[in-house]
Amino acid sequence: MNTATAEQTNENANHYAIQSKKLNLWYGAFQALFDIDLDIKSGIITSLIGPSGCGKSTFLRSINRINERLGYVRIEGGIHVHKQNIYADDVELIQVRKQIGMVFQRPNPLPATIKENILFGHKLHMKDKSYSSADYDDIVESSLRQVLLWDKVKDKLNHKAISLSLEEQQKLCIARLLPVKPNVLLMDEPCSALDPKGTAAVEELIWELRGEYSILMVTHNMAQARRASDECIFMLMGKVVEHQKTDDLFVVPKCKETADYIEGRYG
Amino acid sequence: MTTTQTREAMNEQFDRRTLDWYIDKLVEIIVFISGISAIIFVVGIFVFVTMEGMGFLFDSFSFSEFFGSEYWEPSDEDAPEYGILALIAGTASVTGLAMLIAIPFSLGTAIYIAEFSTGKTREYLKVLVELLAAIPSVVWGFIGLTIMNPLIIEIFDVPVGLTVLNAGIILGLMAAPIMTSIAEDALKAVPDRYREAAEALGATRWQVIYKTVLPAAKNGLLGAILLGVGRGFGETMAVLMATGHAVNIPGSVFDSVRALTATIAAELGETAVGSEHYQVLFTIGIFLFLITFVINLTADLIVRGIKNQ
Repeated sequence: MNTATAEQTNENANHYAIQSKKLNLWYGAFQALFDIDLDIKSGIITSLIGPSGCGKSTFLRSINRINERLGYVRIEGGIHVHKQNIYADDVELIQVRKQIGMVFQRPNPLPATIKENILFGHKLHMKDKSYSSADYDDIVESSLRQVLLWDKVKDKLNHKAISLSLEEQQKLCIARLLPVKPNVLLMDEPCSALDPKGTAAVEELIWELRGEYSILMVTHNMAQARRASDECIFMLMGKVVEHQKTDDLFVVPKCKETADYIEGRYG
Repeated sequence: MTTTQTREAMNEQFDRRTLDWYIDKLVEIIVFISGISAIIFVVGIFVFVTMEGMGFLFDSFSFSEFFGSEYWEPSDEDAPEYGILALIAGTASVTGLAMLIAIPFSLGTAIYIAEFSTGKTREYLKVLVELLAAIPSVVWGFIGLTIMNPLIIEIFDVPVGLTVLNAGIILGLMAAPIMTSIAEDALKAVPDRYREAAEALGATRWQVIYKTVLPAAKNGLLGAILLGVGRGFGETMAVLMATGHAVNIPGSVFDSVRALTATIAAELGETAVGSEHYQVLFTIGIFLFLITFVINLTADLIVRGIKNQ
């Protein structure tokens, strides 16, 4: 009986991609996150909504520990990604970031060619065996195919990445995460710099990647959260208010704050 | 009737030029004059230098002798010879060695200041670098003469310490601060989202710098190096004091040399105004002017290039 429960919990833990336990975070003396407890399922898209300054980006940026480059960030509690505590002392930052890809608000391709952008992460991490230029070509092609960009850029792989449109740049920024085979993709308002057409295209792409990757997406756009995510988390003032199936959260929110926010009474 | 009156009163008010208006115009004129004065001075200096050197340039100038002969013998009474090959070799060797020293130093310092140091350390370092840039060149020359000279004689067991090595080190240290400042600006101009992107992809700090920041800043860094070279060509006093001032094509860093600039500085006071020797010195001046002009212009265009990207 006991073993059965243990197995069950184990199985449950298996289908969580990101679990945070009592996560508190300070920028200097300012506390930005309060006791964040979240279990984010793997293989689906979870969106993170809330008004400006509610800590949603901060939470996202502490999952790949990119927050730490600021230097004055202090953290208590922990985050487990696929059961690994990424804040453990013996964890290597490089490995964390290999497992967890991040897409930023503004497309930020590196100042290099399309091809070099795709291979950047791969060349950093995959050093155990040597790759021929044909291997590299395959990697570039399959990554670009996955983001539905191959047909558009196959003839200009050696052009500067900045020459692409914003929508294409953002797709490229997603494509360059794929060669190192991450488990989790973090997206920080990935469509906020794009026009409606670009937004639709990138949303479609994110939906395509669902299943293979666990995706956590911060968004300012409630309509986007509603149409493009399976589960939804609502945060307010550094705390998690509600975490539900997206359909439920928008139709029958449990908390009054959530209801008021999605109805636009504040935010 | 009343409306017309008010309108006239208003027009009168609009027409009235206040004191502020005159001050504004005055300042505009003063600023305009200061602005174009730079151009006037540069053109004026170039015209003056060219006029003074003109006589020699048109009468007895021989390209092959001037640039091809290593004999600088202006005071030979029978047949003075004006070959600046050895002087060019002197300037080039000192500048070359100076750059070998200054480039790694300044780039290293700039990378440290821009990418690694934080808070107070960064502020102090920046102030220090600017202080270094403000040391007068005669002080550097003095250091070369009184400290470096005996040091080189003792360490390398050579008869003379006023050599390419001495002047190269001094000039390298002189050029490094300004190069550091410009290189640091170039690194600062690299948008932070490049660093963030590379870091999020799992690059270490050094990989971020080496694979992302340096390539993105390479034009600015090249500009910094070129300005250093320009500084090296133009520097006079320190080089005059530290090279040994001997006309000589150097075979090693332990040879004394003489620089183009130092030749003008040392000899101009002793020549008769308008004499051939005097005109030749001005011709060297034209040559130096053109070199530094081209170097600075190239550096400027390169640095501008990154800003427009």
